[in-house]
Amino acid sequence: MSNVFIAFQDNEESRPVIEAIAADNTNAQVVHSPGMVKIDASGSLTIRRETIEEITGRPYDLQAIHVNLVTLSGHIDEDDDQLTLSWRH
Amino acid sequence: MNIDLQAREITPLRNTFAHVAKYIGDEKAASRYQEATIGAQPMTNFQYRPTWDPAHEIFDASRSKVQLADWYVLKDPRQFYYANWTMTRARQQDAVESNFQFVNQRGMVAMIPDAVREKTLEILLPLRHAAWGANMNNASIAAYGFGTAFTAPAMFHAMDNLGVAQYLTRLGLAMAEPEVLDVGKKAWLEAPEWQGLRRYVEDTLVVQDPFELFVAQNLALDGLLYPLIYGSFVDDHIALQGGTAVAMLTAFMPEWHDETARWIDAVAKAAAGESDANRQLIAQWTQHWSERAQAALSPVARLALGEHGEAALTEARDKLDARCRKAGVLA
Repeated sequence: MSNVFIAFQDNEESRPVIEAIAADNTNAQVVHSPGMVKIDASGSLTIRRETIEEITGRPYDLQAIHVNLVTLSGHIDEDDDQLTLSWRH
Repeated sequence: MNIDLQAREITPLRNTFAHVAKYIGDEKAASRYQEATIGAQPMTNFQYRPTWDPAHEIFDASRSKVQLADWYVLKDPRQFYYANWTMTRARQQDAVESNFQFVNQRGMVAMIPDAVREKTLEILLPLRHAAWGANMNNASIAAYGFGTAFTAPAMFHAMDNLGVAQYLTRLGLAMAEPEVLDVGKKAWLEAPEWQGLRRYVEDTLVVQDPFELFVAQNLALDGLLYPLIYGSFVDDHIALQGGTAVAMLTAFMPEWHDETARWIDAVAKAAAGESDANRQLIAQWTQHWSERAQAALSPVARLALGEHGEAALTEARDKLDARCRKAGVLA
């Protein structure tokens, strides 16, 4: 199965996003490198707004991930509640 | 010459301060909320007892009858510390500011029928003084309470209440002449409908136990007042009779109430969950003060909504009781 990945700048704002991804995707591998956190996953990877909100305790606009987003690979399927990366069409 | 640039990762030896790590462990980085809150409460090595209260230390958990082994369990689910609280409120302030601009530019106040406008001012303006009382009470919780996790959000809450009072003042100035503020104050001081609520506010000003004050002000009174006034009165009654502008100008209040209710419920839940003694104490305060708050708001509800007032207030009370049951305060 092919891999997808997403990378964020390593900072306070992206930390709950990364925690949420790690909690929601058991297949995700979080790799810390200087200044950046890359998350690899085989098959697909989902970011769920609800999980981030549980961690931060505040409403979260999923579009805010773009502030700290470095790069990603995979086809994007996104709406207000989730963003999924996979190679499916 | 060949220069080889390499990125080298330097991992920190410690993820957070030792006093924070004591609570959450050192395995992962602490959030700003944790670092700004945990360990901030002065605990020991006080010098003299305050002359104004020699029975207690200057910071003393025994000012409240509620007993907790660790006051940091009263965490704020919104994870507010000074910086993100101000940023959140600044965003909300921008939204309200543009609402005021929208209403002013389009002359929306002039479109409100006179009777609706007068009713709005009659109900909302005396509430400036209730919001000021809430400000004083939360400042008192912040001053005499124990544990930064509990007192810091109480101070934010105090300033939020001041904001509510200011929005009501601005609403009065946007909808009428400045004299309307004096009329509101006179009603608060003299009109029979307001005396029950005024008495409630003034009685809470002298409640000594910070946790009882928290229950009386934030849970019982605000838990009834905000759904009644900003839900049933403004949104369901005034807005439907051509007073949409009023709902725009008070947009902050219901939004803020829903947000802060999560903090209030979480604090009540954590404190009540610690021991049966706490639960009984908080349940008793909740019963006592919500009975009183309901009685105090009853004439206000009738003034605002006429014969439907009582039903709207009962509905608010049911909602509050449901909140308390969910928090494990009431059985």
